[in-house]
Amino acid sequence: MSEHYSAAEMMTVTASRALRNGQSCFVGIGLPSEAANLARLTHAPDVVLIYESGTLETKPEVLPLSIGDGELCETALTTVSVPEMFRYWVQGGKIDVGFLGAAQVDKYANLNTTLIGDYREPKVRLPGGGGAPEMATCTGEIFITLKHSRRTFVEAVDFVTTVGFGRDGTARDGVPNIGAGPTRVITDLCVMQPDPATKELTVTSLHPGISREDVTGATGWDIAFADDLTTTAEPDDNELTVLRELKARTERHHSEA
Amino acid sequence: MSEFLPLAEAVDRYVADGATVALEGFTHLIPFAAGHEIIRQKKRELTLIRMTPDLIYDQMIGAGCAKKLIFSWGGNPGVGSLHRLRDAVEHGWPHPIEILEHSHAAMANAFEAGAAGLPLAILRGYIGSDLPKVNDQIKFIECPFTGERLAAVPSIRPDVSIVHAQKADRHGNVLVEGIVGVQKEAVMAAKHSIVTVEEIVDELDCGPNACVIPAWVIGAVCAAPGGARPSYTHGYYPRSNKFYKDWDPISRDREAFSAWLDEHVFHTHGASA
Repeated sequence: MSEHYSAAEMMTVTASRALRNGQSCFVGIGLPSEAANLARLTHAPDVVLIYESGTLETKPEVLPLSIGDGELCETALTTVSVPEMFRYWVQGGKIDVGFLGAAQVDKYANLNTTLIGDYREPKVRLPGGGGAPEMATCTGEIFITLKHSRRTFVEAVDFVTTVGFGRDGTARDGVPNIGAGPTRVITDLCVMQPDPATKELTVTSLHPGISREDVTGATGWDIAFADDLTTTAEPDDNELTVLRELKARTERHHSEA
Repeated sequence: MSEFLPLAEAVDRYVADGATVALEGFTHLIPFAAGHEIIRQKKRELTLIRMTPDLIYDQMIGAGCAKKLIFSWGGNPGVGSLHRLRDAVEHGWPHPIEILEHSHAAMANAFEAGAAGLPLAILRGYIGSDLPKVNDQIKFIECPFTGERLAAVPSIRPDVSIVHAQKADRHGNVLVEGIVGVQKEAVMAAKHSIVTVEEIVDELDCGPNACVIPAWVIGAVCAAPGGARPSYTHGYYPRSNKFYKDWDPISRDREAFSAWLDEHVFHTHGASA
């Protein structure tokens, strides 16, 4: 790993590059929000950011702590009701990309944010699905970003809160009016994409300084590597500067309130 | 037609033990003052409905008001878990709580259907999710025109809905600004409603497309300045992120929570904490 940037910065910058200028993006809180706003402040100034609180075309100066921070409404083109958000904008197919995080992801890119263990007697009760279940099926495609570990990358999630490709990779086959689903998963170690045939997540790019063994050791199943495996491009100075300033502004702002 | 009532009187009149109650406000305008009044009046066996339970339901569940929770995302936003909710779900403290879990899209649609007087909401939802396996209120129907398989959920029709807003005029018409969430739908879906407001003014002084809830669909309007704290009221005061962070250690511990409740809810005699 370079001394110029951290693994977390590598992840955020790589995730931000996945968004193209002009796309509309439904943004999850946390890492997806960090990446989406970095994209807006660097290579994708016209990306349209939408949060589930109903804020359309929001341009926050600082990252929101929660999905409905005042910052999102104050810097938005307009704010609609939550029923309108989910009916017209998400279900109506107006959103190109859904950008999500998760507590667990499995080899078919299914996400679990509901619980660890059994539903009626959970070991750990997590917050739940929120806006993600329909975002994953109604938007054009899904990007997922989260840190890589055996705890988060499991062979099969305990609960499918939000479908990727289902328990056997076929959940989207033959379903009308459904998006492409997860097209990439970006972690602090690598980028994964679903295999075109089996839909199993496959490593397509390793971040600089990361070995195949690093990824295998942090993944809870026997993960495959693409034949044309590449190395992810390093963050450039502008990306790092903008990201660091954004995070510093955010920290100052939230420690004041 | 709405009546101006003190909050304590409105809660006493409209929130009966065993009632189905929705306190809404999507991160913004969360009716904390009303929730604390429900705790003070020791209401019991409530079915609580809310898309994002947030700290107010953590407090009400920890105080023993709830027998059931209908929700779609139950966390402390940006901080972590709702520990009183988790303690009730995982360990049955202060008593076991039944949960009925949805996605946001389903609950937003269900509130809207309730406001529209319909028995159910349909949506293109829950495809591939395990939620229908654990919630028998999620069914699937076939579109009679296209044959598409669609999710169906019963509409939400609370006995009473409670929301907070910026202001009411002298007639009891209410203006909601900023993130408007599902508050209007919650009020219109309910048999009775209580709206707490920052202030009562002569004129609402708003544009023609503003979110106004007319007096004649509201039960009680109650002045409660600061009534959304520690959440926020757009144009009045910001969210106390510090309180949301501080809540984490308080809520992790049953004794710390009980002491907090005594000091900040039971001993404040109706002032909002």
